[in-house]
Amino acid sequence: MLLSGADIIVKTLIEQNCDVVFGYPGGQILHVYDSLYKYKDKIRHVLSAHEQGAAHAADGYARATGRPGVVIATSGPGATNLVTGIATAHLDSVPMVAITGNVSTAQIGNDSFQEIDITGITLPITKHNYFVGSVDELQETLREAFRLAMSGRPGPVLVDVPKDVQMAVCEYTPQAAVLPEEPSAAKDIRIEEAASCINSCEKPYIYFGGGLVSGEAQEELLALAEKIDAPIGCSMMGLSAIPTAHPRFLGMQGMHGHYASSMAMHQADCIIALGVRFNDRVIGDKTRFATHSRIIHIDIDGSELTKTIHSQYNLRGDVKITLQKLIPLLEKKERVDWQSTINSLRVEEKSYADVREGMTPKNVLEALNGCLSENTPVATDVGQHQMWSAQYLTFKKRRKFISSGGLGTMGFGLGAAIGAHFATGERAVLVTGDGSFGMSLQELATAVSNNVPLVILIFNNGVLGMVRQWQTLFFEKHYSGTVLERKTDFVGLARAFGADGRKADSLDELRAALDEAFSANGPYVIDCAINKDEFVLPMLPPGGSMDEIIVKKEGEIV
Amino acid sequence: MNKYTVAVLVRNQFGVLNRVTSMFRRRQFNIIALTVSETESNDYSRITVVFAGDEVNKDQLINQLYKLPDVCSIRELNQAESVSCELMLIKMANKPESREEILTAAKAFDAKTVDYSREAMIFSLTADSTRIDEFINLMRDFTILEICRTGSVSLEKGGITIRQVTNL
Repeated sequence: MLLSGADIIVKTLIEQNCDVVFGYPGGQILHVYDSLYKYKDKIRHVLSAHEQGAAHAADGYARATGRPGVVIATSGPGATNLVTGIATAHLDSVPMVAITGNVSTAQIGNDSFQEIDITGITLPITKHNYFVGSVDELQETLREAFRLAMSGRPGPVLVDVPKDVQMAVCEYTPQAAVLPEEPSAAKDIRIEEAASCINSCEKPYIYFGGGLVSGEAQEELLALAEKIDAPIGCSMMGLSAIPTAHPRFLGMQGMHGHYASSMAMHQADCIIALGVRFNDRVIGDKTRFATHSRIIHIDIDGSELTKTIHSQYNLRGDVKITLQKLIPLLEKKERVDWQSTINSLRVEEKSYADVREGMTPKNVLEALNGCLSENTPVATDVGQHQMWSAQYLTFKKRRKFISSGGLGTMGFGLGAAIGAHFATGERAVLVTGDGSFGMSLQELATAVSNNVPLVILIFNNGVLGMVRQWQTLFFEKHYSGTVLERKTDFVGLARAFGADGRKADSLDELRAALDEAFSANGPYVIDCAINKDEFVLPMLPPGGSMDEIIVKKEGEIV
Repeated sequence: MNKYTVAVLVRNQFGVLNRVTSMFRRRQFNIIALTVSETESNDYSRITVVFAGDEVNKDQLINQLYKLPDVCSIRELNQAESVSCELMLIKMANKPESREEILTAAKAFDAKTVDYSREAMIFSLTADSTRIDEFINLMRDFTILEICRTGSVSLEKGGITIRQVTNL
């Protein structure tokens, strides 16, 4: 059938099983919005307050489901407002398709009103991007964008469509939704080499990350750990892939990771790394990282195998099917000595545990844990509250912890939580700080308009806590730029947006607030008072090695 | 530091050179020479990159190139099994006291005189990059007015072609 470019965009989105798009209209995308109006019974549009919020919502949607999130914006400022959202998705390998309008092809290059070279701007932060110069290429380009976003290592793809291309007409041929490229296993010889390394080691340790989540290999991971009797740790991007309470799971490792997890990796003689990239936040000083260990690195992206760490065994391939081939080659082992070392690390970690009463981060998050169902997605912003959430929240099902890892985007959480709600239909939770929340709070309007059941827990300490913690430790307590001195009344603010809220200064008040929040019909803000001198511990100093891990604040008795 | 030559077959599409060079820039690869041209097919362009680095840098460069959807195939070309050459134009000041020596050197290198005027002489030289370096070195004894080099182009010896290697 003959359709306009704008109709083709919307029809192709529907064809790709896209049920909801996030976006914000404008002059050069008006035709697409007209088509969204026409097809509104088939595809829902969620209007954000700012394009960045829409991009984070598409990201949150994708993280919660694994399906590409879609965001639509107009040219110029609409497109540039997407940039932080696209970069956030890029650094965390989240599948996303961003569609932007642009001025007509005849006007391109003339610095026309609201014209911007968005394919140029997003070149380093997308997997790929397209400028669609003709309506004839439009449907295939969109399908290709979806295929690319999902294939291999996922990521964001942008499609820029000039206004005249949206208006032009061509034949639309419906097709089935595209599938990601068929994944392949690592080479057999590499798998055999890795197997003999694992079979001859004594202290194996499994370290997994976001690649395991997108590769959906949690079953294989657990089978591997069971067979070789190994403990498991993960990077922040891996959280919630396996149940937090799993007996082999030692928790997140790295700069603010669990003590037992970080130390176990440090003491292992064989690290099996699955879908990770050995980020500096995980390994500290790379020259002093795992010096007594052999490393087996499995990743779908070959460039990760040679980028940061020199690993002895590089397996390029899909983590799930590579593990399926690897596991049968492994000998079943019981490692009494290694497990007793792990247990003593756990005991040691327990001795560092925060046992204080009152409104400590740990107690606040444990109260929240009591309210979470196994299906509740929890988004965070970035800073101390994020690390505390990563340390203390407990999950039973995968894709429930939604947090900006690679880019560390403050202001990510509210949009992402809204996106996660639309993806799952579940009540969503946002754990944020007063600093981060200040960067994106206008999206409260989106949550209210769409009646999103959303619990927003603000760790309000009046400071930019994570930066302040660094200033305390490494800058002689020069609190430059980190004291907020704001007088924001977050409960009043919630009400002004049409949401509900309550202040919580004690654990009893918090529990009462959580009860209300988890039975509310729309967004509910809990303004939770936290002491500004709270630290995220343990802490591996930047560029340090695992031996230098800080477990207690100076002056505290261990 | 070693020098590596890598041939890259890319889809002949608008902006593809920008995608490749933007990746080199943001990952800080040390590029010595880069050439782009059409090929035997309208669908493809060929990029020849000469860069300095170690083995790890080389693996990174190749692996990062493979991640660009427009890249179709990549071939590392080693000196022994490939043919490389480059074209240079060099403009020398034409002074009576140095004229003879310059012309003798040019003749020895088989450089062609492509322009001759009262003020200047232009030579063109097609050779491998080392030989061109050597000629420039000789010319430094005199007055060089301008140099323009194309960067190296390379093909593998024998029947192997880059299109037999596919993007993984």
